Amino acid sequence: MIPELGHFALILALSIAMIQAIFPLAGISLGKPQWMALAKPAARAQFLLLGISFACLVYAFVTDDFSVKLVASHSNTQMPIIYKVSALWGNHEGSLLLWAFILSGWGFAVSVFSRSIPTVMLSRVMSVMGFVGIGFLLFMIMTSNPFERLPFPPPEGRTLNPLLQDFGLAIHPPMLYMGYVGFSVAFSFAIAAMLGGKLDAAWARWARPWTNVAWIFLTGGITLGSWWAYYELGWGGWWFWDPVENASLLPWLVGTALIHSLAVTEKRAAFKSWTVLLAIFAFSLSLLGTFLVRSGVLTSVHSFAADPERGLFILMFLGVTVGASLVLYAARAPKLKSTGRFDLISREVGLLVNNIALVTLTATVLLGTLYPLIIDALGMGKISVGPPYFNNISIPLGTVLLLMMGAGLFIRWKKDKPERLIKILRIPAIMALVMAVVLPLLFVPEFHWRTVLGLLLASWVALTALLWFSSQGRSPFKKPLSVWGATLAHLGMAVTVTGITLTSMYSIENDVRLEANKPGYVVGEYEFKFVKVENHQGKNYKAIRATVDVFQNGKPLETLYPEKRDYGPGTMPMTEAGIDAGFFRDLFIALGEPVGKGAWSFRIYHKPFVRWIWLGGILMAIGGLLAAFDGRYRRTRKIFLQERKNKQANKVAKQGATA
Amino acid sequence: MKKIYLLPLIFLILLVALLYRGFSLDSRNVPSPFIGKPAPAFDLPRLYQENKRISTEKMKGQVWLLNVFASWCVSCRAEHKVLTRFIREHKVPTIGLNYKDYGTKEYGKDVLSWLGQLGNPYTYVAVDTEGRTGIDWGVYGVPESFVVDKKGIIRYKFTGPVTQKAVNEILVPLVVKLRKEPA
Repeated sequence: MIPELGHFALILALSIAMIQAIFPLAGISLGKPQWMALAKPAARAQFLLLGISFACLVYAFVTDDFSVKLVASHSNTQMPIIYKVSALWGNHEGSLLLWAFILSGWGFAVSVFSRSIPTVMLSRVMSVMGFVGIGFLLFMIMTSNPFERLPFPPPEGRTLNPLLQDFGLAIHPPMLYMGYVGFSVAFSFAIAAMLGGKLDAAWARWARPWTNVAWIFLTGGITLGSWWAYYELGWGGWWFWDPVENASLLPWLVGTALIHSLAVTEKRAAFKSWTVLLAIFAFSLSLLGTFLVRSGVLTSVHSFAADPERGLFILMFLGVTVGASLVLYAARAPKLKSTGRFDLISREVGLLVNNIALVTLTATVLLGTLYPLIIDALGMGKISVGPPYFNNISIPLGTVLLLMMGAGLFIRWKKDKPERLIKILRIPAIMALVMAVVLPLLFVPEFHWRTVLGLLLASWVALTALLWFSSQGRSPFKKPLSVWGATLAHLGMAVTVTGITLTSMYSIENDVRLEANKPGYVVGEYEFKFVKVENHQGKNYKAIRATVDVFQNGKPLETLYPEKRDYGPGTMPMTEAGIDAGFFRDLFIALGEPVGKGAWSFRIYHKPFVRWIWLGGILMAIGGLLAAFDGRYRRTRKIFLQERKNKQANKVAKQGATA
Repeated sequence: MKKIYLLPLIFLILLVALLYRGFSLDSRNVPSPFIGKPAPAFDLPRLYQENKRISTEKMKGQVWLLNVFASWCVSCRAEHKVLTRFIREHKVPTIGLNYKDYGTKEYGKDVLSWLGQLGNPYTYVAVDTEGRTGIDWGVYGVPESFVVDKKGIIRYKFTGPVTQKAVNEILVPLVVKLRKEPA
């Protein structure tokens, strides 16, 4: 009964989505305000219905209703409740439902927090979101019904892929989806603005906080995914340039460009058509990401549901949605004149360089991701593009980007003098250079230009951000939230760059054979002593657990328990690394295989500053959050409400006068 | 209409065409970096005749197949029929590399009953209990199959269970072609 209820709510949601997509738009062209007024209630009804649908599926998972096919094939009674819930989105159908639910959530949010937006504009936005919703709901109902029943329910369900039975991964997909789907809001605003033919600064102002919020979730989701890969996959890596990882990075890069480009459009009425294009791209790349994960066109550790028929639907959807947007763009963009003029040395140009670097980076990552497919499609064989390609392109492009990040903060809008800039930037530049050269000389054994470059860029970004923050006049707590946000986001980037540089340059990795209670293996000042191996029973797995004592300079520091876990029949054994986390370094030990005579193979890593990579991600996300809640956006609403009050007061006064 | 604004659209059309083409291609076959390189040498004990050994040296001068398998591997069961027919019909000398299976604590002699039940298509079965040879060959999943030419160069690698389609379209033409090459 409950699953049918969920299925029914899903179908109702589709009909509501159709109303939401068609009526407001038709209302505008036919001049029927009562049709336009359907936009908001439709969006809210859709959220409610998908909420019901989602809750029904959660209920089926939590109560182990194995008559539902999805539950039977992805969940079992032995799993802790949190993984029963997360099993919902650890598969194709469920994750689509989550997608659609989140989309309706964004629609609901826009319908609530949009009192400053004129009805016509809002109707168009809601209508575009309705169209996107139709696409996904149709997809789900036609090809991937999550509520499908089994005629003969099994007594026990199958095991969820053990890689996914992990807290980090329980919350990673929802975060990422919030980001992916969040870009649909900026996309809808851009399309709505183009439909209306009025691409002024206003749409940019409305779209900015939404873009920021989407970006925060995406940043958080990527950070979480990277952290998960690090401790769960047991390879000690934090980024693998896997197609699906790239698929999440692409919208992030474009989204970052969009955030900055929106600023220019809002404040200077420049880059108008460019910003619209970025908004389209950010969402298109989110759709492309979904396509890559779902279709199995590219090889990836993440492609857990490869089904050509489904892939074809997403591809068609992608083609239609993005195709229509780009046709609209081709028709409207030529008429857009950027009114704001600017010189070669100006913040506009600074942000343009930032945008070009980000988009070039996006294009090269996209090319690298699709290259195997291109070569294959041309019949030139099968190849895989490895990390060297991505690392080689990201170093020069990243350098340009980070240099600009520091300088951009200080350049004035419209026109600036190079002498003034040099005067300001001289000090942080010299300080950054000194830090980059002196710190490696003091602390690391080998001197390498990559270390110097990485530290130079990181300290440059950090110092300029701090200098800019203090130059904003007012005392710290009176500064606008957007100033705090920008500073934190830039500092976060510096922290991440430091982490990446030091981890990739100075990590030590060794495969070693250790015998129990013999002298251990020494890495720098640390010694790893293997004590014993025993069986261990976890909540949803059996494990072989090793005990390894770690000594620092001869003194006991910590005991680590690397494990090999078995999550039951039909699953691969999983590696759970023993990690001693620290602010300045991680010690990481993974259990390998028995190699005879009571000895085991181990993989030992010493990873300096690896935490900084994710710490930076968190800082960036917090920065984005602060910027999204800047008082400016609330003020636009206040001004609007004030105006509306005045209008009504006028009306009442007029009516009073006529009566 | 200025043409430059059509560029994104053209780009999209190309992209969609490419992705569409992607469906008809089998993407799971990531080539191994070992292709075109000499097959890593091994000298391993043979199953059934443990005092005898089998080495890469012995296979020189013929086109042969190395199939990595194990009794604990579910997909190996899936490919077994297809592989057996291929080996028999085309008389391809084949070494079955029994990977982390025979002689291990967990699986002991399981492979003997496995082969007894499903049939043994292999010319030789090499026992790689500790998986050292597997590492040398860059094995990262079982089953995997390698085609080695007369000079001992790895020419093709197939990851995952071999399908009849792959046999017809890839393996058979490749073996026929390689047999024509000079030793």
